[in-house]
Amino acid sequence: MRYSGLRVVWEGLRGQTGWSPVWRDPDPKPEYDVLIIGGGGHGLSTAYYLAKNHGITNVAVLEKGYLGGGNVGRNTTIVRANYFLPGNSEFYSHSLKLWEGLEADLNYNVMHSQRGLINLFHSDGQRDAFARRGNAMINQGDDAIVLDREGVRRYLPYLDFDNPRFPVYGGLYHPRGGTARHDAVAWGYARGADQRGVDLIQQCEVTGIDIEGGRVTGVQTARGAIKAKKVAMIVAGRSSQVAAMAGMRLPIESHVLQAFVTEGLKPCIDHVVSFGMGHFYISQSDKGGLVFGGDIDFYASYAQRGNLPMKEHVMEAGMALMPMIGQARVLRSWGGIMDMSPDGSPIIDRTHIDGLFLNCGWCYGGFKAVPGSGYATAHLIATGDPHESAAGFRLDRFATGVGLMDEEGTGAQHNLH
Amino acid sequence: MRVDGKGLIDRSQPVTFRFDGKPVTGFAGDTVASALLANGVKLMGRSFKYHRPRGVVTAGSDEPNALISVGPGIDIAPNTRATMQEIYPDLIARSQNRWPSLKFDAMAVNDLLSPFLAAGFYYKTFMWPRAFWERLYEPIIRRAAGLGALSGAPDPDRSEKAFAHCDLLVIGAGPAGLMAALTAAKAGADVILATEETRVGGRLLSETESVGGDSGVAWAEALAARLGDMPNVRIMPRTTVTGVYDTGTYGALERVGLHVAPGGDLPPTCFWRIVAKQAVLAAGALERGIAFPNNDRPGILTAAAARTYLNRYGVSPGRKVAVFGNTDDAHRTAADLTAAGVKVAALIDNRADATTNGDWPFYPGADVIETQGRLGLEGLTIRKPDGHRLRIGADALAVSGGWNPAVHLTCHMNGRPVWNDDIAAFVPSEGAVPGLIPCGAAAGVFTTAGCLADGVRAAGDALDALGIKRKPVDLPEADETPYSLTPKWAVVAPGRAWLDFQNDVTSKDIKLAAQENFRSVEHVKRYTTQGMATDQGKGSNVTALALLADATGRSIPETGTTTFRPPYTPVSISSLGAGHAGKGFAPERFTTSHAASVKRGAPMIEAGLWYRPSYYPEPGEDTWLEACNREVAMVRNAVGVVDVSTLGKIDIQGPDAGAFLDFVYTNTFSTLKEGRVRYGLMLREDGHVMDDGTTARLGPDHYLMTTTTAAAGQVMAHLEFVAQGLRPDLNVRLTSATEQWAQFAVAGPKALTLLNSILDDAVDDTVLPFMSVAPVALSGVSARLFRISFSGERGYEIAVPARYGASLYRVLLAQAESLGGGAYGMEALNVLRIEKGFITHAEIHGRTTAYDIGMQGMMSKKKDFIGKAASTRPGLMDPERERLVGVRPVDPAQALTAGGFLFNASDDATRVNAQGYLTSVAWSPTFDTHLALGFVKRGPERIGEEMRFVDHLRGHDFPVTLADPVAFDPDGGRMRG
Amino acid sequence: MRLTCPYCGERDLREFTYKGDALALLRPNEDADPSDWTDYLHNRDNPAGVTRELWYHGCCGTWFVAERDTVTHVTKRTLTLAEARE
Repeated sequence: MRYSGLRVVWEGLRGQTGWSPVWRDPDPKPEYDVLIIGGGGHGLSTAYYLAKNHGITNVAVLEKGYLGGGNVGRNTTIVRANYFLPGNSEFYSHSLKLWEGLEADLNYNVMHSQRGLINLFHSDGQRDAFARRGNAMINQGDDAIVLDREGVRRYLPYLDFDNPRFPVYGGLYHPRGGTARHDAVAWGYARGADQRGVDLIQQCEVTGIDIEGGRVTGVQTARGAIKAKKVAMIVAGRSSQVAAMAGMRLPIESHVLQAFVTEGLKPCIDHVVSFGMGHFYISQSDKGGLVFGGDIDFYASYAQRGNLPMKEHVMEAGMALMPMIGQARVLRSWGGIMDMSPDGSPIIDRTHIDGLFLNCGWCYGGFKAVPGSGYATAHLIATGDPHESAAGFRLDRFATGVGLMDEEGTGAQHNLH
Repeated sequence: MRVDGKGLIDRSQPVTFRFDGKPVTGFAGDTVASALLANGVKLMGRSFKYHRPRGVVTAGSDEPNALISVGPGIDIAPNTRATMQEIYPDLIARSQNRWPSLKFDAMAVNDLLSPFLAAGFYYKTFMWPRAFWERLYEPIIRRAAGLGALSGAPDPDRSEKAFAHCDLLVIGAGPAGLMAALTAAKAGADVILATEETRVGGRLLSETESVGGDSGVAWAEALAARLGDMPNVRIMPRTTVTGVYDTGTYGALERVGLHVAPGGDLPPTCFWRIVAKQAVLAAGALERGIAFPNNDRPGILTAAAARTYLNRYGVSPGRKVAVFGNTDDAHRTAADLTAAGVKVAALIDNRADATTNGDWPFYPGADVIETQGRLGLEGLTIRKPDGHRLRIGADALAVSGGWNPAVHLTCHMNGRPVWNDDIAAFVPSEGAVPGLIPCGAAAGVFTTAGCLADGVRAAGDALDALGIKRKPVDLPEADETPYSLTPKWAVVAPGRAWLDFQNDVTSKDIKLAAQENFRSVEHVKRYTTQGMATDQGKGSNVTALALLADATGRSIPETGTTTFRPPYTPVSISSLGAGHAGKGFAPERFTTSHAASVKRGAPMIEAGLWYRPSYYPEPGEDTWLEACNREVAMVRNAVGVVDVSTLGKIDIQGPDAGAFLDFVYTNTFSTLKEGRVRYGLMLREDGHVMDDGTTARLGPDHYLMTTTTAAAGQVMAHLEFVAQGLRPDLNVRLTSATEQWAQFAVAGPKALTLLNSILDDAVDDTVLPFMSVAPVALSGVSARLFRISFSGERGYEIAVPARYGASLYRVLLAQAESLGGGAYGMEALNVLRIEKGFITHAEIHGRTTAYDIGMQGMMSKKKDFIGKAASTRPGLMDPERERLVGVRPVDPAQALTAGGFLFNASDDATRVNAQGYLTSVAWSPTFDTHLALGFVKRGPERIGEEMRFVDHLRGHDFPVTLADPVAFDPDGGRMRG
Repeated sequence: MRLTCPYCGERDLREFTYKGDALALLRPNEDADPSDWTDYLHNRDNPAGVTRELWYHGCCGTWFVAERDTVTHVTKRTLTLAEARE
């Protein structure tokens, strides 16, 4: 079924009775060409691009819970391509280009809104670091503008310019940055994959990975054994547990990142604003809620919930940066499990087991990567070779030290990000 | 309509406030909602999506409809529940989400379009043409959406935060909570009793029943007075426990000053972090509605709310009130209304076998299938069991659909409530939160007598866990009538039956979601927005779940469960972030010379938490650069003084101090002679540079390490880890001494002259050669004098106990000025170090190795050290790595900018061609050119090469030449003297 | 969340800093096989369950080991490093 404004009107006239299911609920077949473990954003987009770009449709996505129930449905919805290290730059640049055509491609309104992102800086040193970032973005072919203090004031007049603890020196403006409706991204890819013949199987937890002679042969699931020539583990948040089924120990630690939304408010914040000095970033959803977040809680966790110190720190940063949001009330807070890699950058790679692929380590930046990650992972699965945009996301970079991508410069080592 | 002789309001104290500009008079003790109802105002808000006219449906914090913006003042609070806002004189309340007025809202056109705006319609349209999303569709959607508006003015940040500790936190002060508090308090436990309400009593405030032979309210008041007299009890009214966190930590929001006119001494709120060894959840239950067509008209409210307005506020929701329900509470409501003299238009009990002995029109087995009235209810249509329809005139309808225990807090740590068929509701799961014991209505106990007993039981369990001996408590007599209902979720009839009032979710939306195969509760929630409004689905989630179960042919437990995340009720950012606006955001650290620098007009800039002087303007200087150039020349030609106290200082002592330093630094310190100073490079274990600085050997077992300002805390924790975790075999002790010493750099050719003019005993180069330290005295004050340089000039750093810092700085400056020198700031310091090729964290930015900064020679081959193994990884030794170089523009007038990139002269400025980048730049008055430090692939091999410098952001594109990083005095003669 | 410093007793999370898996205590020799170093520096069991991890109590400067469940956040016990080494 094709979605359009006309169709919405037509269904409105006949009482919405004609809408068909967005996806089927098939029973798993005994065997597939490709099994994708994980029905989150990355798994669903991988399935979609396997079908669309490579014509591989004998594919099943195995999801333990419900589609899009992981981090794709619990983030702050920011979409950007403002990375500066080789390896990351080209990947996020490619991903943003995919975002820019996503509605037309999926025939699903994911509400990708390029409202512009501004990273603030508060010292000459930070300005210089952001200048390097901005120039790297332009080197890559993306957009960046450096704003001075007055430039920031023009866009964000509500910041505290009068009595701040850390005065705003300026900002790096990324006009093509923005937000998207997170659930819709999962649903849009799911619908697209389903329409192309991919089986989306919910409530189907993988309990084992079958390996014979160094080659993957299938998986064991809550709904029985399923054979496959290729298996991809795309389960950020549970990567270590799933990889352990294949005898692997990953360079991943799981941490909780909290996010927050306020009650609905009339439009007051038109951009995505990032306040690195206070670990705070914010945008306003189309429904009017202020959506914001901060840093990880800084302890290993699978609980999908956090504690008060970081909650309070985030609110404190909000009060410090833009005290006009003080009367907004926080409606809901939640936590996601972050696959923290040592250098803060992800992994899309083969494993030492033939036919077994790994996509993990998105730290707190996985949402914007959904299109690019699926595109690159599908390419890797289909061709055996990394896609040019994701060639840097190697699993062995920590062993070799080659191509480490420590964007924050806090150290290519656990617990420093 | 106000009812005589009822309510806990103070009729001797009329209070006048404004609603949408019109004066409204209520009494002390009223909420905005009760006062409006008393004045016959039913229309209090507009819904989110269709802008349907809405009235109040609850009397508590779960209110979805009656949201108002409250002033006066600039800190207008949008989305305030009219049901929770107590009135005070001159309070200004405004309705929201309507234009031009609440009665006539132009956006109500959405309701006419509602056939086309079903759940999730926006995912299916607004896609073409692409550019219209940001330019047209989204702006329209954004303007239509949202509820209240922020004022746009900065919040005055007057709220507070606090910690509290107790043995037992009792959440809720109804019958169960009060008995729990009493039981625990009598046994001697430290008790905090928190209630969201303005006073204790809970549901008793809303009912007419008696407890212990007295009215429920009087019993509660008497018990509260008794508890209040006990030193181990703290009663916290107006305090909502909003969240449950690990290890018995509870977040609670106290509304301290929101019930009085702003401007007084009271903070608006206080956010409490309550650490409780045990807690009792006695938060009661919330009544749910029934989904029937047009069940959202102003005047339709829960039966529980109707009784609250009647019994607590002395207000009837209407003059002719109909009651509809499937519980005995419907009958109780009719009885209370009748007793108060309010006409009951009809009692419609959905249960076919229901009977009544009341004197009102009674319709057992009937359903409400339609309602009438646009801005306020005028009547309803019922369908009797025989299919006959009947119109009943009524201006209010109280609906009783059964009670949902307030399980919310038990979900905050991932506990999932379990379905209880007996009461057709979810109850807390066993052990959902360690140490939190649900009781009373929150645990599904729905009689008053049962709640009283369950409170005693819960407190007893808590006392056992606390190891405190129980003491007997008398149980008062109370109502024991068992709770009885027949589940009724929705009435089957044509028309829109509303579930989530605020978000305008109807039963049809749930069915549509199921039709489109959104079968998971989470999918339905996200697709339809059911439960995503400001009440978080408190009144509607269970009903929606039941309808989803029906639509998908599953039982309710099979379909899923409802869960809630913190906070229980929304908490303002100004509450959780209290005290941190402006300078409150982070501590401020001041050096001992701060005041003197400010007095000299130096702009102070942030350096971590510290403040340091940027430059010292002199008369006649128009720009910072003029001052900076003068200060650089002053240091190069005479002498300058700068406060360097912000650098971290770590005192390291013990027989193995040298061995310890050998392990944390790449180079060797155990061989350092006493009285000597050495530059040290410290790696992280991953082989990249962590920090650098000088370390002095003050005695055989005594070293003093200097860190950079930025890394002081990180280095201290790191050293402690190495000492305690990795090298417990080494006998060494570490103490941070950063704040104990004030330290000043004295640099320039006349530095020694200056120092000798103030030292008690003069020093010379034999006593104090380059890279050494000596004890000295100034007017009898012991001090340390280091001979080190960060400027390339003859340099010293003199350290005195911090209490002498301010006076020493004054003396140093006076002497410097007499020698043609003076103070210099960070700008000049930066120029001096760039001229000399010294690095800072601009260069050691976390990704650089010793090899990258040309210090591979400092990595000892003779010993192990932190980071040694990882720094031998192939990627860290790759000759193609970007390595430190100096950079100069071919045309000295062309300004280099940090963050710009370097390319081969003939290459395009693209990522794949990038050869390196600049990290630090300065105008060098010494060389009359811009100078930079940066990193270039194979940089040191390419000195002299001409490259293309591009800074896209600043529009720079010109040729530069690679140079040695050390521009000034390459052989170090000036520094070494 | 609250943690129990082996020296100071139970304190709020705000006083502590986290360093991850306690295997950080088991530093290989400098000439150990590179794969041992990779396991030490980067690869982790990362259990969804009880883990032994390092915490730093900044107020007293003590590093210690906590046995904590990463799913429930319940700390079973905390140990001084000397106890942890036994």
